[in-house]
Amino acid sequence: MSEPVKPVQVCDRDAAAAPDRSRDMKHESALLHVTGRALYIDDLPEPKGLLHVVPGLSEKAHARLVSVDLSAIRAVPGVVRVLTATDIPGENQTSPVHANDEPLLAVDLVQHVGQPIFAIVATERAIARRAVKLARIVYEERPAILDIQSAKANGSAVVWRPLIMERGAVEPALREAPRTIRGSLTIGGQEHFYLEGQVALAQPGEAGEMRVWSSTQHPSETQHLVASVLGRPHHLVTTEIRRMGGGFGGKESQANGCACLAALAADITGQAAKMRLDRDDDMVITGKRHDFKVEYEVGFTDQGDILAVDMELAARCGWSADLSGPVTDRALFHADNAYFYPDVRFRSLALKTNTQSNTAFRGFGGPQGIVAAERVIEEIAFATGLDPLDVRLRNVYGTGERDVTPYHMVVEDSISELIMTQLADQCAYRERRETLRAFNATSRTLRKGIALVPVKFGISFTATHYNQAGALVHVYTDGSVQVNHGGTEMGQGLHTKMVQIVMREFALPADKVRITATTTGKVPNTSATAASSGADLNGMAVLDAVTQIKNRMIAFASEKWQVPEDQIVFGPQGVLIGEERVAFRDLVWQVYFARISLSASGFYKTPKISWDATTGRGRPFYYFAYGAACAEITLDLLTGENTIDRVDILHDAGESLNPEIDIGQIEGAFVQGAGWLTTEELVWDGQGRLRTHAPSTYKIPACSDRPRIFNVELLKNAPNREATIYRSKAVGEPPLVHGVAVLHALSDAIASLDDYRSCPRLDAPATPETLLRTIMALQAKSGHGGPI
Amino acid sequence: MQYSRLSSAVESPNHTGVSGKDERADPAHSISFWGSTGVFMRESIRFYLGERLVTLTEVAPDQTLLDWLRHEGRTGTKEGCNEGDCGACTVIVVRLRHGKPMVKAVNACIQLLPMLDGAAVFTIEDIAVGNALHPVQEAMIGLNGAQCGFCTPGFVMSMVAYRNAEQPSDDDTAINTALSGNLCRCTGYAPIVRAMKQALAAPDSAFETALPALKAKLLTLQDGQDVQFETTRGAVFLPSSTEALAQYLQAHPETLIVAGATDVGLWVTKAMRPLPRVAFIGQCPDLMLIERSADGLSIGAGVTYDAASEALSGWLPDFGRLIGRIGSTPIRNSATLCGNIANGSPIGDGPPALIAAGALLHLRSGDQKRTLPLEAYFLAYGEQDRRDGEFVEGVTIPPLAEGTFYRSYKISKRFDQDISAVLGAFAVRLDETGSVLEARLAFGGMAATPCRASRAEAALVGSRWDAASLDRARLALADDFSPLSDMRASAWYRQTVAANLLTRFFEESRGETSRLEKAGGLVHV
Repeated sequence: MSEPVKPVQVCDRDAAAAPDRSRDMKHESALLHVTGRALYIDDLPEPKGLLHVVPGLSEKAHARLVSVDLSAIRAVPGVVRVLTATDIPGENQTSPVHANDEPLLAVDLVQHVGQPIFAIVATERAIARRAVKLARIVYEERPAILDIQSAKANGSAVVWRPLIMERGAVEPALREAPRTIRGSLTIGGQEHFYLEGQVALAQPGEAGEMRVWSSTQHPSETQHLVASVLGRPHHLVTTEIRRMGGGFGGKESQANGCACLAALAADITGQAAKMRLDRDDDMVITGKRHDFKVEYEVGFTDQGDILAVDMELAARCGWSADLSGPVTDRALFHADNAYFYPDVRFRSLALKTNTQSNTAFRGFGGPQGIVAAERVIEEIAFATGLDPLDVRLRNVYGTGERDVTPYHMVVEDSISELIMTQLADQCAYRERRETLRAFNATSRTLRKGIALVPVKFGISFTATHYNQAGALVHVYTDGSVQVNHGGTEMGQGLHTKMVQIVMREFALPADKVRITATTTGKVPNTSATAASSGADLNGMAVLDAVTQIKNRMIAFASEKWQVPEDQIVFGPQGVLIGEERVAFRDLVWQVYFARISLSASGFYKTPKISWDATTGRGRPFYYFAYGAACAEITLDLLTGENTIDRVDILHDAGESLNPEIDIGQIEGAFVQGAGWLTTEELVWDGQGRLRTHAPSTYKIPACSDRPRIFNVELLKNAPNREATIYRSKAVGEPPLVHGVAVLHALSDAIASLDDYRSCPRLDAPATPETLLRTIMALQAKSGHGGPI
Repeated sequence: MQYSRLSSAVESPNHTGVSGKDERADPAHSISFWGSTGVFMRESIRFYLGERLVTLTEVAPDQTLLDWLRHEGRTGTKEGCNEGDCGACTVIVVRLRHGKPMVKAVNACIQLLPMLDGAAVFTIEDIAVGNALHPVQEAMIGLNGAQCGFCTPGFVMSMVAYRNAEQPSDDDTAINTALSGNLCRCTGYAPIVRAMKQALAAPDSAFETALPALKAKLLTLQDGQDVQFETTRGAVFLPSSTEALAQYLQAHPETLIVAGATDVGLWVTKAMRPLPRVAFIGQCPDLMLIERSADGLSIGAGVTYDAASEALSGWLPDFGRLIGRIGSTPIRNSATLCGNIANGSPIGDGPPALIAAGALLHLRSGDQKRTLPLEAYFLAYGEQDRRDGEFVEGVTIPPLAEGTFYRSYKISKRFDQDISAVLGAFAVRLDETGSVLEARLAFGGMAATPCRASRAEAALVGSRWDAASLDRARLALADDFSPLSDMRASAWYRQTVAANLLTRFFEESRGETSRLEKAGGLVHV
């Protein structure tokens, strides 16, 4: 706190800004987290007479509801009310994209196992959970389409228009290519497994008001849907969220169900109502990351140069549109990853199925597109005998040439080659690759593999209107500041970064800046905290608000002290006004006394972007975030078990707002991405029942699954070339893609069985079983016989 | 029999199935009655919650510790999964073992409240003393161990428990094991492990320095009495001896016997099954015995995996290694070896490992005792050879005969805290010429019960222990089993891996080792 401001800097406001110590700030809630005092929605003091809501779920994947007899439930002591669709005063509709295909409670028809049909409102949660089994529902079953294969075979409906991206003439290019390969790839879905399950608490107020505390990434949408379900204008509903216990996209639209049902229960009974899903119900009801089936054909040269790529990306979307449209779009936006395809055609297929409605999950389809792109690279590498890294380097986007994406956006700053080369040097990729191959030549049951995979990730919502944000900053007369913005905190450190911006601009210590819960009452009409955009959008809105107040203070001081505005500098010792230093709170007081507003609402919209899905052209992304990961694994050929031995990551966070928080995001995203592609397997049975509906059966990485050696670095001296908040880059989603390196390292190990001449075509998730199957297929092909 | 309530208890119609409030009085003042076995009987449970003594009457047998804590306002302890798999609800339970306070992490969501009788329970609210954070908390802040923060209290509790383990090491493998029961979806664990290492190097905090004094407090709770009472939601019995348990079960043969509740807990939290009458045997002193004799190593029905692990590791080192992969640290701190047998699960890891070792099961009904080979206990899916009023007293693992080679292998999607797709445990005994005298090939996950592969065994016995015999045994496995396909693995994978595990076993018997290990040794936490 005692760093002196050097007088020589006083004339230049920018140069005089205090060294930014806020970059080292720890998570703003860290102390509360470690002491158990951080309040999540289920920890809030319970209002008097609180009722509990538990949903009753469909047991059939696709059926007409012949009769729904809930009389036995109503007779249970403690059950206050059983809600069905007929109790909904407004719209029985929660589609986040206004597709009108997602009733809050089923009417006549159920479309997946786990779809809510009714909701019990009871004095105790346990009473409702026990009573739910007393429902007598008669179903008339209809044929159910459960997966991509049967959806395609049966010509199932799509929940969103197919997107076609095309540049050049892919068919002639493939015909004329010296070599072509055609193949397909299965990419599994992923359960979010936020540690805090879905939860909402609703409290009715006067004159039709409803306050909803919801664990939501999208408070405005939650507000709008609660209002719509209750048949009220938006201004009667307020949504609030201080923090979530994890989101990862799983609370972007999926939080709405609990919020709406809690609000409905509260509205009908006139008492506060809480809905907190049991973990199993949560996993059975809510959507997950989309699984994909990708068909691809690539034309290339013997030197490994890609000439043309044709790809169809089909996704299991579940029973309703939800966000599947933009998700499948984003898969296409990333099916090039970091590579230039001279002639290219991508098609999406958003298939309707009788399963949970798949939704946003960190990366939003992008990682699936990248997995497909990397399979194509692998095919070429094993077909040509080249090191996959060399195939990657040959095909990477250039700058000024070979720089147009399949959606006709120019890549202005391709740094993939730089990052891959630097990382390969740093982690001794080439030497280690030779060492591993020597090991494999003599090892019978254990094989090692290595892969270095880049990521290029487009930053901005592809729905252009979402790229706006608001903030509200109050400076109080004691010099303390309260900041509020439209983004939500789910662990990613967004609130910390917003506090840092205020600290940096006003040169205040952390204890003078308080960030409050996100509420639609303070900042309206917000976008979801999603698409990695939280700090980019809200940071600029906060900066706008702070700058307005700061400029008012400067104008006031300039006039009062008769000092030019550029000689007024906010420093940690106070505000330097010419030669005079005035404490921040004293200046604030004087500004207040002069009747000048110390509150401002800030606003930001991302410049430069546009996107037209009908033409498949535009600049959907403000910029790209880059990175690369190198993974080394050991694989047991007898069982398919494996270990991640070492991972090195070099990641581009621009001029990082908070390096420690950003590295934390990268470490966590890598492990989440690796889990998605290895142990995390979603299994449905033939009746469409999700069999992996709890952590006992669905296996996210545990502590021992993290890489044994784990080096993460931020790319240095790499400010964003676009004018983002302090030239930083978004860091939420892009590093999830680093997990793809593990899939390819496993594939590399399997490829050793046929002397690296065949692409193992390893599907995801690469569970021990999938690995063993792939191992044995390659053993059979290479004639090396059965297990050892 | 007369039942009456503690006169000082406050009857309150709260909704957690518990009434009665803090008893700050000397526990010796608790009123006792003559019980059925002629010893004093208590009608309440007593434990310390942090500093304060809690005495509760009318605790329903299905009341979980987690729900009770949160209802008490201790909301720092979180519910993540309500089935003991995520660790967000981890709390510390301290009990005396050999007169020493042992600090153990357990999952509050599947601890049934009566099981806490006689213990001291600490939650996240007890770890910082005043404004002084515990070194674990300091390190978690300083090294960014928390992101969303929801799993953090549970991690902190596991980390504090590990810091107070007998020999905490800063080895990665040991730390992985200590944290195997806590899931984090945000950080990727790396910063948490860094924080653990930093905290291990820190001096003791107020929490640690207060531990020795706990011994005296815990001793006052050991009154040697049966605990017995009935509530509107069910009857609770905590026997003080096997004699008392045997008599109680004769009188109430329908009683559900619960030791660690790591299985029965889910009946409550997930299946919402009522538990009308429960005998909680986890603290019954006669059932806590671990004995070595000429007959073998005997483990009582109340002994947790954690408590048994040291003796088992010494007796049968490969079984010791397997224990490190059964459940997680907090699960092993509660789950018992015998409970893993008694519930008859086809996918329990203990039974096949014990069957291969030739273990014997001891059952008792009233005064009648019998002993049977463990494999004979498992009759069919969900059906065991345990009669009304009978209970498992313990298990004995005989010494391996000279010339026996024993190994156990666990195959699951995830290394830690996962249920096996296949568990293979094998023992072969060779004569001096290298012929197989005896083969015990036991599997879990391959059939409706844990069982032996009799055809594969027959293919080996009398033959030379060589590649040709191995091939015959591998083929015979296909006749022994037709496993199921489920969410853990397909029938194909189970069948293929079962055979491959025989190959691994064969190779290891020849001195070739190729096993991948994420966690080498077992860590006592």
